[in-house]
Amino acid sequence: MSINFGVLVFPGTWSDSDWEYAIVDIAGSRANPVFHKQTDLSDYDCIVIPGGFSFGDYLRPGAIAHFSPVMQSVKKYAANGGIVIGSCNGFQILCEAGLLPGTLMRNEHLEFRCQEQFLKVEKSSSPFTSTFVENEIISIPISHGDGNYYVSQNELKQMEDKNQILLRYCDNKGDITKKSNPNGSVANIAGVTNLDGNVFGLMPHPERVVELKLGGVDGLRMIQSIISNITATTFSDRVV
Amino acid sequence: MNISKEILQEIALTRDEYDLIVSKLKRQPSKVELGMFGALWSEHCGYKHSKLLLELFPTKGEYVQVGAGSENAGVIDIGDDMSVVFKMESHNHPSAVEPFQGAATGVGGIIRDILAMGARPIALLNSLRFGPLNEPRNRFLYERVISGISAYGNCTGIPDVGGEVNFDESYSGNPLVNAMCIGLLEKGNLVRATTGEPGSLFVLVGAPTGRDGIHGASGLASRTFSDDREMRPTVQVGDPFLEKVLIEACLEVARTGLLEGMQDLGAAGLTSSVVEIAERGKTGFNLDVSRVPRREEGMNAYEVMLSESQERMLLVIRPENLNQVTEILSRWDLGSSVIGESTIDGIARILDGEEEVAAAPVSTLTEAPRYRPPSSRPSYLEQIQREAVPEQPDITQANQLLLKMIGSPNIASRHSIYRQYDHEVQTNTVIKPGLADAAVLRLRNSDKGLAIATDGNGRYTYLDPYAGGAIAVAEACRNVACSGAKPVAITDCLNFGSPENPEIYYQLENAIKGAAEACRIFGIPVVSGNVSLYNETKKDAIHPTPIIGAVGILDKVEDCLSSDFKNPGDDIFLLGSEKLFGASAALSGSEYLAYIYQMTIGRPEVDLEAELKLQKLLAELAKEHLVNSAHDCSEGGLAIAIAEMSILGKLGVDLNFEVSGRWDAALFGENQSQVVVSAAPEKGDEILATAAKFEVPILRIGIVGGNRFLLKDIIDLPTGELTRQYMDGLQLSHL
Repeated sequence: MSINFGVLVFPGTWSDSDWEYAIVDIAGSRANPVFHKQTDLSDYDCIVIPGGFSFGDYLRPGAIAHFSPVMQSVKKYAANGGIVIGSCNGFQILCEAGLLPGTLMRNEHLEFRCQEQFLKVEKSSSPFTSTFVENEIISIPISHGDGNYYVSQNELKQMEDKNQILLRYCDNKGDITKKSNPNGSVANIAGVTNLDGNVFGLMPHPERVVELKLGGVDGLRMIQSIISNITATTFSDRVV
Repeated sequence: MNISKEILQEIALTRDEYDLIVSKLKRQPSKVELGMFGALWSEHCGYKHSKLLLELFPTKGEYVQVGAGSENAGVIDIGDDMSVVFKMESHNHPSAVEPFQGAATGVGGIIRDILAMGARPIALLNSLRFGPLNEPRNRFLYERVISGISAYGNCTGIPDVGGEVNFDESYSGNPLVNAMCIGLLEKGNLVRATTGEPGSLFVLVGAPTGRDGIHGASGLASRTFSDDREMRPTVQVGDPFLEKVLIEACLEVARTGLLEGMQDLGAAGLTSSVVEIAERGKTGFNLDVSRVPRREEGMNAYEVMLSESQERMLLVIRPENLNQVTEILSRWDLGSSVIGESTIDGIARILDGEEEVAAAPVSTLTEAPRYRPPSSRPSYLEQIQREAVPEQPDITQANQLLLKMIGSPNIASRHSIYRQYDHEVQTNTVIKPGLADAAVLRLRNSDKGLAIATDGNGRYTYLDPYAGGAIAVAEACRNVACSGAKPVAITDCLNFGSPENPEIYYQLENAIKGAAEACRIFGIPVVSGNVSLYNETKKDAIHPTPIIGAVGILDKVEDCLSSDFKNPGDDIFLLGSEKLFGASAALSGSEYLAYIYQMTIGRPEVDLEAELKLQKLLAELAKEHLVNSAHDCSEGGLAIAIAEMSILGKLGVDLNFEVSGRWDAALFGENQSQVVVSAAPEKGDEILATAAKFEVPILRIGIVGGNRFLLKDIIDLPTGELTRQYMDGLQLSHL
């Protein structure tokens, strides 16, 4: 199974080559860099917005990147049902672009955090998490200074009702506690989708855990989930 | 012209040096020339007090592709069509003045040194020293230095994989901030720092030039200062985002093969950048400052030539390649400007539009005088080396002392620091910070791995400069060896006080001699380095602190070893000793004496031949998969080494060795060349045989397992209690 991932590259993006390595060398699929000035996304089955400090995170993380030409195309791509995943800075860009609800603020303790992180899978019926089982505890590292997710209580309620929350920070037993929350996010939220479920943002870095020798394969499982879901969809489209 | 004392002081030249310039030029220098001489003849650029000593270091070796001094950094050929470039540099003075920007721009500067050679930066390390954290100023410096490294390094997408942090009163108000960068070079991509054929164009890329950092090299880094806060305007401000864009754009240009040369702009800005490449290219140059993009109005030629504005690179290209290069740069939205060209006449000619403001021979500018200042054995040594150690405490205090020691700020966990650094980006970090004596990176498209560590002990060097220099090399290489790698080359950063003080010059001279001797015995070359002198505040000079950055190669990265105990039932061995006799001498310069008794006394020693045997044994044990973990006995000695392996592995120990002599020296003494390893019981015989073959004494000292730290009837502590002390020790030292 092989699909074509478009990996966005803004000035200051740095997880792009890690994603390409994970997708091509480990997952055995295809990936190409998409420079932020490019607007044609028609070749791609999935768009990845990787981590980094696009435009230096100046003003606010993601605030400048979402004005790049490629983001206008990403909006159309998402509106047409295209699969989009944004990790770390990519999550921030998606929020700034209005493709995902909420906003990511400075970590509550004001420090950068790079560490292993346990996550609880809240929903496995999504293109991004179908290789996990519901309530499974997985481990994907974080590396950010602005991952403190915020939505109002009303919005939170709506998102919960619509099953938009895919991942929450938890401890090794799966308990969602204040201590296991690395940045102060509301309701320990680590990853959310839009209402249609085709755009996903998460603070952790799946591309960093795709090999056992580097600490695990839960990130690879997420990439495989995307590949198998897109392959299945494309296949059923063809059958119809 | 009668030059005033004030002007000479501003550019940090002596009257003799001024007279030497006049006699070489056969005229008075212009104002711009004088500024250029001041910068190039500063200690920071010209190494005038240290050059003769640095020549003692061996620079050649089996793996050396480009030796130290001929380029920005030495190059090591690691096989599989790959080379490694690395260097360490200090940013002590700027960090003492403005810690956040000082540390941040230190990281930025060392990255550009590596980038200038066409290498992709793949790892950063930091070696830091501060005064005790219960003093507010020290705590401010500590927190802001770490924030600065975190802010800059994280934004550039280079993992910060290791280093060390230490605390001692001698660094109060004068922190050491040494940054190391490692770059990976694919075969054929090496870029030289040279001016190419005459007629090649100089293209300045990156940030516009401002008034920041003027006299950073001559003023700040090359003399002692009393009120550091006055010097704040000489510290530069970093823009890590621009650095990241520069990395990508410059590497893209380098890959086209269109570069004649590349050079970073660091200390002394344009001046040192262009003059150094002209010296290497054996050309002259014309440079027009009016073509240098500015961020401020009204800057004169002098200011433009000496500005240390960050995030600038100089590319040297043939005129016919200009368009292609400019196209790549503008795709990354980088500003660039042709500011000059290389010439055949050997003259460094600076123009400001039509006006010639400097025209001095390149060779004169780079021929800084070399001094061998008077050296005298420090008067403190006699007494301090012989001072008697205190009586050993009653053995019933062993539990409490171990708990206290594991929480010492020099021993406790550094997780609160490294979790602020992205240590995983680029996804090659196999051994992450805090888990082993060295960081280990895998190399993609190869089975190989790199092990990297920094080390250096100011206390040892203060007590015996020669031994301290030798131990710094031994310990950095031992750290690399403990991860299973073969150490192949080192870089150094020599942090000392004022060399104009004969006692401090003695420290420098002997530390270099000791380090050079260790290099010779280990067969390890020095491929790059940096000297930071004048580390003094109103109070005193710092402890002399040579920091060594060592790089080692693992033929198979999966052979690498971490420090944590792995399995209950594994045997624990001590390599490097066959009995545990506690001698007072082992307490020399120890953390135990410093932390428990506030004493820095004694005379540290190292047997370099024994050290080499030990390091070779470690590589063999790792390669043959005979041991499951390894950790060297350093600060805190044997008991702390075992406790750390136990804490990291979340497993207790049952130790059964006999202690003779002083029990505190046996447990906390800092004998060199000792390493603790753990191994499956069935490997025991083979380990003993291998140790015998490498002529390394060995002692079986216990078994891994349970959840207590047990040593006969001497120590009995729950591992959990040790863990708590270890994890919280650094934070508690703030109080």
